[in-house]
Amino acid sequence: MRRRDLLLPLIPAFAPGLVPASALAQSPPQPSILTRPIPSSGEQIPVIGLGSWITFNVGNDTAARTQSAEVMRQFFAAGGKLIDSSPMYGSSQGVIGEALQKLQAQSRVFSAEKVWTSSDGAAQIEASRKFWQVPRFDLLQVHNLLAWEKQLALLQAMKAAGQLRYVGITTSEGRRHSEFEQVMRSQRIDFVQLSYNLLDREAEQRLLPLARERGIAVLVNRPFREGALLRQLQRHPLPGWATEIDCSNWAQVALKFIVSHPAVTCAIPATSNPVHLRENMAASRGRLPDAALRQRMAEHVARL
Amino acid sequence: MPEWWTYTLSDFLMYAPRTYWRLVENYNRDFWPLHLPLLAAGLAALWLAHTRAVRAWRPIALGLAGVWAWVGWAFLWQRYATINWAAQYVALAFSVQAVLLAGMTLRPRHTDPQPGPGARGAGALLATAGLVYPLLGLALGRPPGQAEVFGMAPEPTALFTLGLLLLVGQPSTRTGQALLFYIPLLCLLLGAATGWTFLN
Repeated sequence: MRRRDLLLPLIPAFAPGLVPASALAQSPPQPSILTRPIPSSGEQIPVIGLGSWITFNVGNDTAARTQSAEVMRQFFAAGGKLIDSSPMYGSSQGVIGEALQKLQAQSRVFSAEKVWTSSDGAAQIEASRKFWQVPRFDLLQVHNLLAWEKQLALLQAMKAAGQLRYVGITTSEGRRHSEFEQVMRSQRIDFVQLSYNLLDREAEQRLLPLARERGIAVLVNRPFREGALLRQLQRHPLPGWATEIDCSNWAQVALKFIVSHPAVTCAIPATSNPVHLRENMAASRGRLPDAALRQRMAEHVARL
Repeated sequence: MPEWWTYTLSDFLMYAPRTYWRLVENYNRDFWPLHLPLLAAGLAALWLAHTRAVRAWRPIALGLAGVWAWVGWAFLWQRYATINWAAQYVALAFSVQAVLLAGMTLRPRHTDPQPGPGARGAGALLATAGLVYPLLGLALGRPPGQAEVFGMAPEPTALFTLGLLLLVGQPSTRTGQALLFYIPLLCLLLGAATGWTFLN
């Protein structure tokens, strides 16, 4: 029996709810894509999504927009679903919408957007929807808790009216965690989005356990610290244990560390490079580290 | 802004440096060879300011007003704002600068003293730096197509403007200087911060 066969049964034990998307299908040619359920609905989503901060903000550059569409084409081809953006991300929304139209992928995408204003949230959401060219968003999040009391009420009303499927809040780089925790405890939300990676692990202390306790899905942003973490790691050889979890590069190691946390639903690395996209998506297949290996991974990276 | 001390310059950079430079390259390509008459006009303005100083103020100010309006509209509003929403506010500041420059020409003249040699020297240096600004990009290894040229890009335009204002000694009042110097200085500060973030 191979190590892979030994490890696979451990995954549900360590990460309950982690289910191969085609677990019921007959012997796929490659490992099934890993998905996690959204606790509030049970809907499964792949553990690797696609962020758009910086990478899809390419303005009217035709060549760069074409490349962004190619990244999205390969993302869907690899089984990806969730794409995340924000009104704060410059031209990213329009780039995503144009690519969705080009790929006829409006029905395949799990659209995760944000509201980022202290004034008219409904108008901003409608403007975002027009950029995306989708009938409605799957998930809307209050970006960085901006005017969260006002905007969360708006999102809840939209959800109640069937104009939205899920409601969430976001933070990044460890900011405002105590207020974030307070919202998680006091409000009925489906998703939270926060920063978590091999080096930034503060979320493990309170937010991730609280998300499990409250049945809130977790999206993870900045998995590579905007690339700085990978640039740092790539100066070092890949450790031997990387092969035990089917990783052939540091990006996959970093992503598998994140998505193997039992509270995490989906990591959303951003890239404008199709090669990097394929590397990232490969992290949604194969074996995941168990708790002991996760500890070794974090310790190893902290020493580099 | 909550927890403002946790933010760094890179947190405000919402596009990749390569995206910015491609934007500059496409902009230069679309308007080439407009750069040449603009540089020629810059040289002529520098010569005029150097030789006639205060008396050259009016045509120089009107020319500079046109250049600020152009850069604000063509570069900042039409292009840069597509990848940086804050650029629309900088574009607005550029239009304000254009109005201020044009408005200052309505003041009575011939009563202002000639600027001192220190101010004229510094002005000549800054204005020349604004005209040779593209060499900085070349020295940093960027291709000529990505050159930032006076009259087309914000920073060389701001440098050149500050230089000429010093060279002709205008405006001569503190209030006038405050009005006309702040926006170019702010533009250079923003440009330096962006460049620093690119390099780091």
